[in-house]
Amino acid sequence: MNDQVLLCDYAHARAGDKGNILSVAVFAYDPAHYAWLVAELTVERVAGCLAHRRIGRVRRYELPNLGGLNFVVENALEGGVNASPGIDRHGKSLSYALLDLRLPAPS
Amino acid sequence: MTTVHIGCGAGFANDRPDAALALANDLAARDGRRFLFFELLAERTLAEAQLRRLADAESGYATRLFDFLEPVLETCLAAGIPIITNGGAANPSAAARRLRQQLQGGRFAAARIACVVGDDLLDSGEVLQRWLPETLDGQVVSVNVYTGADGIVQALDAGADIVLCGRVADPSLAVGPLRHAFGWQAEDWDRIALATAVGHLLECCTQVSGGYFAHPGLKEVPDLANVGCPIATVQADGRVTIGKAAGTGGCVTERTVKEQLLYEVHDPAAYLTPDVTMDLSQARVRQVCPDLVEIEGIRGHPRPAELKGLVGLRGNWFAEAEISYAGPGALVRAALARDVLLQRCARLAPQLTPWIDLIGVASLFNDARGEWLQQRLADARDPQDVRLRISFVDADKALLETLLLDAESLYTNGPAGGGGVRRHLSESLGTASFFIPRTAVQQQVEWF
Repeated sequence: MNDQVLLCDYAHARAGDKGNILSVAVFAYDPAHYAWLVAELTVERVAGCLAHRRIGRVRRYELPNLGGLNFVVENALEGGVNASPGIDRHGKSLSYALLDLRLPAPS
Repeated sequence: MTTVHIGCGAGFANDRPDAALALANDLAARDGRRFLFFELLAERTLAEAQLRRLADAESGYATRLFDFLEPVLETCLAAGIPIITNGGAANPSAAARRLRQQLQGGRFAAARIACVVGDDLLDSGEVLQRWLPETLDGQVVSVNVYTGADGIVQALDAGADIVLCGRVADPSLAVGPLRHAFGWQAEDWDRIALATAVGHLLECCTQVSGGYFAHPGLKEVPDLANVGCPIATVQADGRVTIGKAAGTGGCVTERTVKEQLLYEVHDPAAYLTPDVTMDLSQARVRQVCPDLVEIEGIRGHPRPAELKGLVGLRGNWFAEAEISYAGPGALVRAALARDVLLQRCARLAPQLTPWIDLIGVASLFNDARGEWLQQRLADARDPQDVRLRISFVDADKALLETLLLDAESLYTNGPAGGGGVRRHLSESLGTASFFIPRTAVQQQVEWF
């Protein structure tokens, strides 16, 4: 087993909402970690950390020039800013749900 | 060669009205063409504004529009800096009439005020019936189409000092001034995409200049309490830098710019606006010097054939109540309160499923079924301060009032030591989106 690291120590992120769709862009602090991010921050892992929201499709877009990945998660916001009973109706805080992931350490 | 400086003084309706003063002063001291815009609309804002207009025909613009305009108005008018805003919301002409009245008899009585209208389809009868979704959950209170920069260009070309718009797309607030200043053609897709990227980076105001970014120990932001408004500087050849107002806090770094560049973007190769299909997939950022970042590699493709519209819907209510437990056994007492409320709700409103958070254990990441909370409870240590929050969204306002009062009754009927009950009930306006051919929507410029 590799050592696990907290994504938050290696990347920064911001979440956005449109209706019931969450988007989170995640950027490696160190450009040298971009390939690691691509390899480890998979659609499956992101879907896993939001599974309790009964999410729909997750898409991932690679941005090599910016050293980042953009995730678009359907049905992640319990109805979104106009319909969710949740405390964070926008889902603004969910960037940190991703940053809370533990991943195998970069080599 | 012309240089254009565009500053953004607000990123949403409840942003800080005093922030734009340093921005206006900075812009006034710069050479070149200068513009200042305020972005004051969100998905729900127009529905709320339309309700205010229905109650009072001279209302319906952004509630704080004049709080934003007043601190910078004279500086901008004196320096020849046009102000552009979508804060006209549901009633740009009422805002224009008030502004005209305010300027009357003063030094700037001759200022030219333009309104860009045509986005509001609420009273458009046939057009609406044809393009609106067939089933809508609630009473329609607003229908607005995201329109592009054409009206702003027209107004600025004709000499407008202040342009008050309704629902133009946020980045169009920068596309308009750039097309006007450089004479860029509406179908010069790469240029329009560049202008759209400028608007997109600026439209949330300080979110590109150090706001919504700081994480002590990982991402430091100097003088966050005084975070400054952003300024984009654009050259005719398409070079763009993002900076911020002089003498303010915050920072503009590659990291702040990257976070904002992708903010609310889905496919980076195809960000759709009324003006263009913007392609950010090859974008690069480069720190030129402290607080100045250059953007390049933005490409454009033809704009979509259809415009997006939003219907504002009335009918639902958002209800929340909270109570706190602290000290020894805080968690077991809060968890018991949760069980009590679940049983009470099953009796009083069996058709409703309450959303329950235990703030301090699980709330922001929680879900409608409480599965996240359940998982966190399993490995929660011993929190000494837990706040229970129960909430609902439903059409039955009276029932929700009853349920909130029932939560408050935990004071006498719940576990020991509960305190700090707060109840909140507000209208929960919904939205539904639709698409409409751009030929069905006519933007117009009106003068006041």
